[in-house]
This record gives sequence, C-alpha cells and structure tokens, in this order.
Amino acid sequence: MHFTLRVWRQKNAQDTGHFEIYDIDGVSPDASFLEMLDVLNEKLIKQGREPVAFDHDCREGICGSCGMFINGRAHGPLRNITTCRLYMRHFRDGETITIEPFRAKSFPVIKDLVVDRSALDKIVQAGGYISVNTGSSPDANSIPVPKPAADLAFTYAACIGCGACVAACKNASAMLFTAAKVAHFAMLPQGQPERRQRVKRMVAQMDKEGFGHCTNTGACAVECPAKIPLTAIAQLQRDFIWANLSPDPHAASSS
Amino acid sequence: MSEILTAPSPTITAPLTWSEGNLIETSRCPSGDLEKRWTRHKDNLRLVAPHNKRKLDIIVVGAGLAGASAAASLGELGYRVKVFVYHNSPRRAHSIAAQGGINAAKNYRNDGDSIWRLFYDTIKGGDFRARESNVYRLAEVSVKIIDHCVAQGIPFAREYGGYLDTRSFGGAQLMRTFYARGQTGQQLLLGAYNALQRQVAAGTVQVFYNYEVLDIVVEEGRAKGIIVRNLITGEIQRVAAHATVLATGGYGNAYFLSTNARLSNATATWRAHRRGAYFANPSFVQIHPTCIPQSGDYQSKLTLMSESLRNDGRVWVPRTPGDKRRPQGIPESERWYYLEEWYPSFGNLVPRDIASRAAKRVCDMGYGVGPTGRAVYLDFSDAIQRLGREVIYQRYGNLFEMYEEITGESPWETPMRIYPAVHYTMGGLWVDYNLMTNIEGLYAVGEANFSDHGANRLGASALMQGLADGYFILPYTIGDYLATQLFVKPSTDTTAFAQAEKETQQRIEKLLQTKGTRTVDELHRELGKILWDHCGLARNAKDLAEAYNAIKLLKERFWREVAVPGTGSEFNQNLEKALRVADFLELGELMIIDAYHREESCGCHLREEYQTEEGEALRDDKKFAYVAAWQWNGENQSPTLHQEPLQFEFVKPTVRSYK
Repeated sequence: MHFTLRVWRQKNAQDTGHFEIYDIDGVSPDASFLEMLDVLNEKLIKQGREPVAFDHDCREGICGSCGMFINGRAHGPLRNITTCRLYMRHFRDGETITIEPFRAKSFPVIKDLVVDRSALDKIVQAGGYISVNTGSSPDANSIPVPKPAADLAFTYAACIGCGACVAACKNASAMLFTAAKVAHFAMLPQGQPERRQRVKRMVAQMDKEGFGHCTNTGACAVECPAKIPLTAIAQLQRDFIWANLSPDPHAASSS
Repeated sequence: MSEILTAPSPTITAPLTWSEGNLIETSRCPSGDLEKRWTRHKDNLRLVAPHNKRKLDIIVVGAGLAGASAAASLGELGYRVKVFVYHNSPRRAHSIAAQGGINAAKNYRNDGDSIWRLFYDTIKGGDFRARESNVYRLAEVSVKIIDHCVAQGIPFAREYGGYLDTRSFGGAQLMRTFYARGQTGQQLLLGAYNALQRQVAAGTVQVFYNYEVLDIVVEEGRAKGIIVRNLITGEIQRVAAHATVLATGGYGNAYFLSTNARLSNATATWRAHRRGAYFANPSFVQIHPTCIPQSGDYQSKLTLMSESLRNDGRVWVPRTPGDKRRPQGIPESERWYYLEEWYPSFGNLVPRDIASRAAKRVCDMGYGVGPTGRAVYLDFSDAIQRLGREVIYQRYGNLFEMYEEITGESPWETPMRIYPAVHYTMGGLWVDYNLMTNIEGLYAVGEANFSDHGANRLGASALMQGLADGYFILPYTIGDYLATQLFVKPSTDTTAFAQAEKETQQRIEKLLQTKGTRTVDELHRELGKILWDHCGLARNAKDLAEAYNAIKLLKERFWREVAVPGTGSEFNQNLEKALRVADFLELGELMIIDAYHREESCGCHLREEYQTEEGEALRDDKKFAYVAAWQWNGENQSPTLHQEPLQFEFVKPTVRSYK
C-alpha cells in the first residue's frame, strides 16, 4: 500500500512545530500503524535524517504509551482502540494520513508526537489508591464482594492511562480518566473508608492540572481503548455531590 | 546456515572459552527445617530503627511489579526512595501485559493445594535447577500476596457467592491461579502503582520519569549509586544512595522478536555485570508455546496468547503432513492431538518448555500448518460446544478479539494458529537469599534476578515472584545491609562516579560519531536471528560455536556500521535503542557460552546431543546440578564460571514426567 503522511515535527517544547510530508510505499496491509512508522523511520535514518519521535512500548494495547492524533481522531479512525492495535488495512490505499500529537494544555509536547502526560499521575497521587500498608491485610476471602460489583469494578479499573479521553474532548477534560479510578474503588468494600475524600481530592487535582470541565459530549468514551463507559462519569458526579453536600460522619476527626 | 554466518572476517574468529572459578558457598540460604527457614532467617536479620530509616537513601530502578511494590513498601517503612523509570509514567512497565494470572497456595478450592505442593510444582517445573530455600519461601509468601492485592482493591474474578475464583495453569493439577479477566498483570501493576503514588504523595518516594540507567557505580565491592541519562535533555547525571535495587526485568528482547515490550532491555543488569555482578544461567530463556506466528519482515514484536487458553483450547495438527484443507473441514479422525497423546496426565496443560518443544517437533516433522508451516492449531470448538459461547466469552473474550484484530481471523469460526516465541528469562543477575548480588548493597528483584524458576518458569509464577520479592522479601532483607551503612554519607563526588560518567559519555560519543549506514533495528534483527536459530528451542555444540563467532563479528560490525542520527543532548530515541542493542550484543555472547558449557538438557535448555529417544530433556545431575554464575573479565576476555552447587534435601530430582 502507498500513503502520503503529513507528520507533525517539533524539535522540542520551545519549538513552534510544523507539518512535514513523507511518501511511503510498499506498506503491508497487515502492518500495524506503529510498524508503518518504523518503516518510515528506517527510511529516514538511511537518508541521514532524524526519525519521527513517538511513544510506544508494549504494542499490544495495554501499556498506554502510544497515542497520537490520526486524521483528527485520538488513536485514529476506529473506535475504542490504541494506535498500536490499528492496522494499515483500515486505511485506503493512496490515502493522505495526518498525524499529530495529542493536543491539550496539560499535555505539553516533548518532541514530534511525544507529549508529557504526567499530569494524570498527579491526579492519582491526590487519592487514587486505598491506603493499606504492606503486611496488614486480612485473608483475601474475609470480605466477600458480589460478583456484579467486582465485574463492574474491573470494567472501570481497565483504564490504561493513555490520555485519549483528554485528546478527544473539546474541553481537554480528564473526567473519564479520573472517574474510572473513582468508580472502580466506589464499587468495592475496600474503597469505602476513603470514598469521600478521594473524589474531592482527585477532582480538585484535575482542575489544578489545567484539564477542562466535562460537558458530557461522550467523545471520550468513543475513543477510550479500554472501553470505560460513561457511567463512570455519572458515578463520579454522584459521589462528588454526595461527598460535598451530605454531612460527613467522620468530619470531626478529619480536618 | 544463514547468510549472516558466512560473512568473511576470519581475523576475529576466537575459540569459545571460559575459565573455572571458585565454588559459591555463600548464598546465605538458611539450613534446617524447610518450613521454618524464612521465619528464622527473618528473625535473625538486623533491623533499622524508624528514626534511622529516614536517613537512608535507596535507589530503585524500574517500576514494574517488583520495582513498584518494593519502592512502595520501602517508602511505607520510612526509607527515602528514589525511583528511576525510562517510561513517561511508572504505570507503563511490561508487567502490565501479563494476561493469565497469579499463583497462590490458598487452597480455596479444597483441591488439596498446599505450600508444599506449590513449592514442589515450581521446583519440578524448573527441572530441578533452582534453590529449595528460595522456592519454598516463594510458595510461603504467595498467600499473603493475594491478601494484600485484594486489600488494595484489585478486582480479581469472583464467583457468585462473592468469593475469589481460580483456574488451572500449565504444570499443575490444581486450580490455584487467581486472575482478573485476561489482564491480571495490568491490575496487579496498577495496584502497586497506586501504592507507589500514595508514597509519592506522602513524600517518602520520588519518581524520576524519562531517566535511563546507563551505569552502576561500585567502589570497593559496594554499590554506591548509578549514572542516569535524562532522556528529554540528554543530560548525564550521578545519583548516590546507601543501596541500589535493580528491578529492570528480563532480556528477552536480545532476540529482537519476543513478546516483551519494545523498550525492555538489559542495560542496567548488563552494566552491573560489567562492574562485577555475576550473571547467572543466561541461556535459560523461556519460549512460550502460544503466540501468534510471525507474518512479515516489518514485524516489530510477537503477541502472546495467554496460557490460560490451554485450559479449554485443544492443540492439534492434521494427521497428514502438508494437509492444506481448511481446519474445520478436517474430520476428527484425521486430527492429531499430539499433546493429549504424548502427555495424557497433563494433556494440553503441560509446562511451557514441553509444549513449545512439542510444537517445534511436529513442525520439524512436516505437520505444521499455515503459510509458513511453522504453526499448530489451538482449537476451541469443543469448549464452545460444551460450555456455550457466553462462558468462553467471559473467560477469553479479549484474547479472541486481539487475535482477530491481528490476524483477521475469528477464533469463534476457525482454530487459532500459534507458534512458540521468546517470552521470559529465567536467567539474570545472581543473588543470594537476601536478593543481594555479589556486589554489596546492589539488589536485583523480579525477572532481573535468576532466583526462583530454575530452567523453566511455570505460568502465573512471574507475577507471584515479582510481588513476593517487592512486597514481602526485599523490605526485610535490605535492612540487614542498611543497618551497617548508618554512618555512610553517600557522595557523587568520587573518582568511581567520575570514571563511570566519563565512560558513559564516551560510549554515547562513539555511537554518534560512527555515522554508519545500517540502522540499529537492522543490526538488532541480525542478532535476534543468530540467537533464535542457535540458542532458541534447541541448541547443539557445533551451532553454538558458530553462533559465538557470528555474534563477535556482528558486534565488531555494529560499532563500524551503525547509524545514529541527531545528538546526545536531546530527546533521541534512536540513541537510546543503540545503547541497548550494544549491550544485548555482549549479553548474547554470554548466553551462547552458557548454553555451550551446559552439556545436558534441562527445562528450556534442550541440547540436541542430550535427549531421550522421545525427544525429552536428559539432565545430568552429577555434573550440572549447579547455578552457573558468570564473572565479567573485560572486553574480549573470556568470562569466569563460578558454580553454586544445588542441594536437594527435601525433593529428589527425578526425570520430569508429565505423561
């Protein structure tokens, strides 16, 4: 297959960046999108030019490293899939493909298609965990968890942290990412003791990192490779209102 | 022979040699009753008081299961921890891709499981090439891992009563594998990552993103810190600490094509080796039986299909070699379920080394299927009929989807085609019972060490070992060393740091100035082909000797021909890759030497000269019941072999039979 690639090139965070055009021939329809970029890079290196920088690692859709904006969509033209699991047979022969980094104020560009997504880690640091020290846990079967709750918790916990939800959102909101973590723990008995403060702190941190507000367009869930459903956001909204409006029985002991 | 091996350059052909060193007698393994060893050992370790922990610095390199769990636990204890990852977040390490599950001797099934049985299965699974003390401890702490992970909120699969579900895995006749759909590794890693982030918020742990370790600094036999490169700016920095923990995973990517993530590499462990740490059993590489076969030259990695599929999938090939009919059209009587026929007690759930070799054997005999003839069928039609689509979807839905995405074929309609691929490395840095290398203060945990899996790892045991090391072993044992370091003040202002930094700069300069014509990937593919052809599923002395020379030639060519555009003082992914491949080349040489020297077959290591008539591994316990720990002696010097004898006091090494 033959493609014309319009690729965003940006030397570093300070550079303004621009598109460059590359022609690429002889691409196998069974090659993944990243393997197609590998072929391009091999060609560029042979010509003594700088290869295109892009994030990637596991190449099986689970590490969340890869992420680019392809023809105006996060992770490309298919729904619910990572860039590494996108295959060239999903494009038309001869097509022009525009490749950009994920664009959001909270995701500054490092180089070419590589962006800094550490703002997502900061949201987790604000409360995306259960405070249990190693060594202090009771027997695993001492607290039964209803299967439907455990299954739903898994559905939310499947988030791979790629940031496609932010890139797809016109407000660059990290709501689906944050909600996935909040909803995961909200389903489980182990998540209850810190449930109020978790949602409050994570939402506050999300705002602090400069992510936009959620206006419920649902674009995030369309692109989310882990298929996190919008019900996560509904759960977060409910928990957030409850945590802020209903009296906290433990308020006296926590400042 | 491949064209790589015929490249003429007779000047550097060197004989494959090594020297014999001393026996290793100080593995710190306790003696006495097996069940009491770990408890007694713990009780005798030195302690560090809380107010002193706050004064001690620990470097942890890598944040996969072992690194993140270690760093989080050490932070909870109050140590000052610095974590370095080359990823853009500590949640990206390759542990995340583990699919099937984690073993634990919980006996929740009432099927007769026990710590002893998990210990026994693991020792036997490793073909009697691991330490009894270590493996028993692993089985012992396995139960606490599940407790802790559930408390962290990890959404394991449950039954309708709300209690934890388990399933079977290869090499065991019990159901002791806990799982979270096909994403167990992801869920366990995120649990450890969350715990780590909690410590970051608490201020005990600092995580440095986009930093790659390029050297380990050793002074007078003690680890003093590391040299890192900031991958964004290219700046080389020195970091000093009281102790250093390497949790940097395995070296399967030496083969270029493997199921590992593309960035997984051996640089930290190899650099530690060059600074004096012994590298143990480097040729023990696990080749996983169920992977999607390679389809083209552009291919960048091989994708694993979880071993759990062998719970319900049946492996077969047509009884007639070269049968080109569609698999659905081949009647039952003309299908050869060779695993069920050869190994009736374990059937499709034989351990990985056995299943991989069997696949190779039937393909070598001409029974292979698919366009290349290097594949066998993994068929779910029986299970779908017996259990219904819904149940199969619940168990393997995501794997079926992944298979269809990659191959364009649906496992609901036609059997999967699978073939073995490099997956995991049992070999790694030699460590004692405390997980410390022979360099004082330098530890290796998880896949980076060699300790628990012998010559073959059982499925669902990698997650168990990574978390055992990180949560429940290292946090105790590291204190024993740190208690002696209270009055040491880490400093980067030493000649050893200066020397290591200078050598790192020189290595980078040399790569940038070579300005050759071959890409790093091209040269890496060549290395991968040599290793796969001659140090893969089957090995023999003649091929290994040739491969040894081929790698030497390739190494020499690498430093003449490699092209690394750009500079060292910027984000330069190609430079990162070149540094890693340079180290894989040296490690590849040692893998070959190790495979050559071990004149027996055991586990993953099948030497064609030493096998039974049925093609099973023929161990030589008299000569080779030892860990081969290799010492680096310098560039172009042959290494020294130190043997650590393995004593079996509780299990008797037998012929490993799964028939």
